[in-house]
Amino acid sequence: MENSFLISYLLLIPLIGSFLILLIPRDNEKAIRYAGVLFSTIAFILSLVIFYFFDYNHSGFQFIHKFGWIANLNISYNVGVDGLSLLLVLLTTFLTPLTLISSWAGINKKVKEFTFLMLMLELGMLGVFVSLDLFLFYIFWEAMLIPMYFIIGVWGGDRRIYASVKFFVYTMFGSLLMLVAIVWLAVNAAPALGHFSTDLVELYSISPKFEKEVQIWMFLAFALSFSIKVPLFPLHTWLPDAHVQAPTAGSVILASVLLKMGTYGLLRFCLPLFPDASIAAAPYMAVLAIIGIIYGALVAMVQKDMKKLIAYSSVSHLGFVVLGIFAMSEESVQGAVIQMVNHGLSTGALFLLVGIIYERTHTREISEYGGIAKVVPLYSVALMVASLSSIGLPGLNGFVGEFLILVGSFKSQVYNNWWFTIFATSGVIFAAVYLLWMYQRIIYGEVKNPRMNDLKDLNKREIFVLVPIFIFIIWIGVYPGTFLNVSKASTKKVIEQVLVNPNSNLKVTENK
Amino acid sequence: MYFTFQDFYNTLPLTIIGAGILLAIVIEIYSNKSEQILPWFSVIIYLLAASHSLATIFTREIYFNGMLGVGGNVHIFYAIFNIAGIIIALLSIDYIKKYGMYYGEYYILLMISILGMMFMASARDLFMVFLGLEVMSICFYAMAGLNRRLLKANESSLKYFLLGSFATGFLVYGVALIYGASNTTSFDVLRQNISSLTTNIMFLTGLLMLLIGLSFKIAAFPFHMWVPDVYQGTSTTVAGIFSTGGKAAAFSALVVIFSQVFGGSLNSFMPYLAIISVLSMFYGAIVAIAQTDIKRMLAYSSISHAGYIIIGLAASNNDGIAGVVFYLIAYTFMNLGAFGIVALVEGKNEENLTLSSYAGLSNKKPVYAALLAILMFALAGLPPFSGFFSKYYIFIAAVKSGLTWLAVLGVLSSTISVYFYIRIIVLMYFRDSEKDFDIHKSPIGLAAVIIAVIFVIALGIMPGDVLALITSNL
Repeated sequence: MENSFLISYLLLIPLIGSFLILLIPRDNEKAIRYAGVLFSTIAFILSLVIFYFFDYNHSGFQFIHKFGWIANLNISYNVGVDGLSLLLVLLTTFLTPLTLISSWAGINKKVKEFTFLMLMLELGMLGVFVSLDLFLFYIFWEAMLIPMYFIIGVWGGDRRIYASVKFFVYTMFGSLLMLVAIVWLAVNAAPALGHFSTDLVELYSISPKFEKEVQIWMFLAFALSFSIKVPLFPLHTWLPDAHVQAPTAGSVILASVLLKMGTYGLLRFCLPLFPDASIAAAPYMAVLAIIGIIYGALVAMVQKDMKKLIAYSSVSHLGFVVLGIFAMSEESVQGAVIQMVNHGLSTGALFLLVGIIYERTHTREISEYGGIAKVVPLYSVALMVASLSSIGLPGLNGFVGEFLILVGSFKSQVYNNWWFTIFATSGVIFAAVYLLWMYQRIIYGEVKNPRMNDLKDLNKREIFVLVPIFIFIIWIGVYPGTFLNVSKASTKKVIEQVLVNPNSNLKVTENK
Repeated sequence: MYFTFQDFYNTLPLTIIGAGILLAIVIEIYSNKSEQILPWFSVIIYLLAASHSLATIFTREIYFNGMLGVGGNVHIFYAIFNIAGIIIALLSIDYIKKYGMYYGEYYILLMISILGMMFMASARDLFMVFLGLEVMSICFYAMAGLNRRLLKANESSLKYFLLGSFATGFLVYGVALIYGASNTTSFDVLRQNISSLTTNIMFLTGLLMLLIGLSFKIAAFPFHMWVPDVYQGTSTTVAGIFSTGGKAAAFSALVVIFSQVFGGSLNSFMPYLAIISVLSMFYGAIVAIAQTDIKRMLAYSSISHAGYIIIGLAASNNDGIAGVVFYLIAYTFMNLGAFGIVALVEGKNEENLTLSSYAGLSNKKPVYAALLAILMFALAGLPPFSGFFSKYYIFIAAVKSGLTWLAVLGVLSSTISVYFYIRIIVLMYFRDSEKDFDIHKSPIGLAAVIIAVIFVIALGIMPGDVLALITSNL
């Protein structure tokens, strides 16, 4: 489907919604909350419509909507989805209404601003996934920092200011170097293209022809920005601070969607634009990913704070995704894509569950809990499912992604080295250790802390938030085909773009 | 040498302001209510001049015996100065009441200084640059000390005067050397002989002197010393016009010299400009972090922004020049908005000028805080605000001229500057206020800031038309 307005409507809904919410009187918190959920649900329904009409067999971009924007620089408003981005769009629109509902109890001050910012955040995230022009992409990529910065800074924990400023400066540093790389790419591709352009599809045809050395510089600038977002070891230090200090809804969105923007960027931009550099960098990226997998797991193991534990587990899980992307085999990249969704669902559920219990007890220290299985049976079951999904138990979603990644990187032509897979596999075992150990310390045994005796179990609203996530956790675990088919054609195309590469000997013309 | 009335008609924006000044003096002499009349009178004059400049933007001519050029980017600069004048005049109404410092000459001096800026933008002769600069600067010296009961204002006025005269000395000396080398001060004649002049050491020395003289006004690094003290000491509204109109005027003269005289071929000065640019960006950004006074912080931020704008001059291609003009438009609105909020929050007798008085502003004055937050994000160069697009365009120009390293350094210094811009937001939104104070109501001032912020957002989302206008008039 060419020139469809659906994607633009999808972007407009949160935008219009957020400004309508500004018109609702501040005191009417209930209306504000319902309006937020309403608009994000409409966006979700619209993304389902896109999903329904999506053509699985077509590898290119679909639902393209394009018109000229800044004529002098040939910048156009250009949006569309392919199999890779569609899954992440669905993940975003699916989680936003759920996090909004989940925050009804946790967010009590400045509800209006919170809902406004959450919808703005949704707009930014969707924009990142659907942009087909590097300039437009960059605008969404950077603008999205602003709502997240406020969400951490205003509604966060005790050290929220430190965490929010660190998050902001750290991620901005990376993205600004990417900006120079975007400019450089557009300027130097202009002679071959005949005009200055930041259009992604046009650059796909030129950029891989650059000399390898040039590609490596470009790759580094882009990859630095994406690696900070992922976050790849050793650029992960902003993550535990931001996760721990953010309010529950912020943590969920941060872990489930924001981190995926980094891996999505690697897959969408780094690989197809700079194939030679990507192949050259693959072993190094894999080593960093594996260090991340093991380091994240080991650090998670010794955490006393539940949220911090899950934050470090993200470092470990995202390591798998990066490993899968740079293995560049069909299984591994498919696994990486589905693992992005999986991590969004399972870590999102874990953060929601931590948030739920934190709202009741106001502590996240694992040692404060113990033996609450008898007090809150429903909660214990929910935490079990989420943990097992995160660990990668067969039958649940995590297994599918990790298995595909490990198989794919084992037979990867690019790595051509079994050791990568062998070390990475240890991460799966570590995940079982830290999550099950946390589960054991929180849920089993005798009730140590007397005030846990009158803990309330999940209420209807919380069940309503968690059940949809669990449905998808099981769905992907039992029948991943529904989702793997979506990304299949696009994944193949990315791998072709990298491995079947034209001669890269386009000299950069010096125009001093 | 003679000129006709036709010349006055052809340079109508200048004539409008000139006539406005004379009328304003008459009003001030004969009316007791000049405090109420003059601001609105001057706003009307600025509006007339700005709209006429924009309406006649495509008629590019040179009048007054080759002294003044009109049309094209000159008129874009006219519009910038006049809109800046409107915003400053609106802000001043309540600000002056707050301080009880109304002196008749305030609005008149403001108008004269804007006339000087317009002379600089349309100069086609080195003497016109000098004349415009002096008309503007002398008004500025007087305006800096206008709040004469304040010791600081007197100090800042004197400091500005002494250092400013020194810089003008450089400029005049430069003009003399250029004349000595080329026998002319006309840009047109200089351009015709440029190939023989670029090897003439006397000419190059003169040009360097000229650049130094103008660097003082644009507040570039080694010539920036006056900026923080003067901004801090003088009235906030006046500091607002110093940092926007004054800077844009000096840049407009540089743009004319670089694009008209050298046709973008002056690579021998590229290293000099690149070095000034890097030093200004980093010095401004790093020192701003240590500031506790918001006006001083904005002063260092303006030094840093001068650095970014010079990147466009250093690139010395068409994109660079267009980038400078676009950046100046964007910067004028961002900075006017920021100084506007400072003027609104400021209490009597220079209260509430420290950064800490902005703590918890989002609870006290949510609208002020939201506007200032947008302006800070814009100054820090975040999309979708105009500060982002202007930097993007300047970087394109730099990369096209093979100055990628300069773009990378620019990016690094903006990362540093993000820190002090978002610190204001941290204070306003994430902290509670330390002391209670009343903020004077000023609906007109607020309206002026909102106008600026609308431009900041519109230029960020829809830069295309303005950019097309600039590039079609290069």
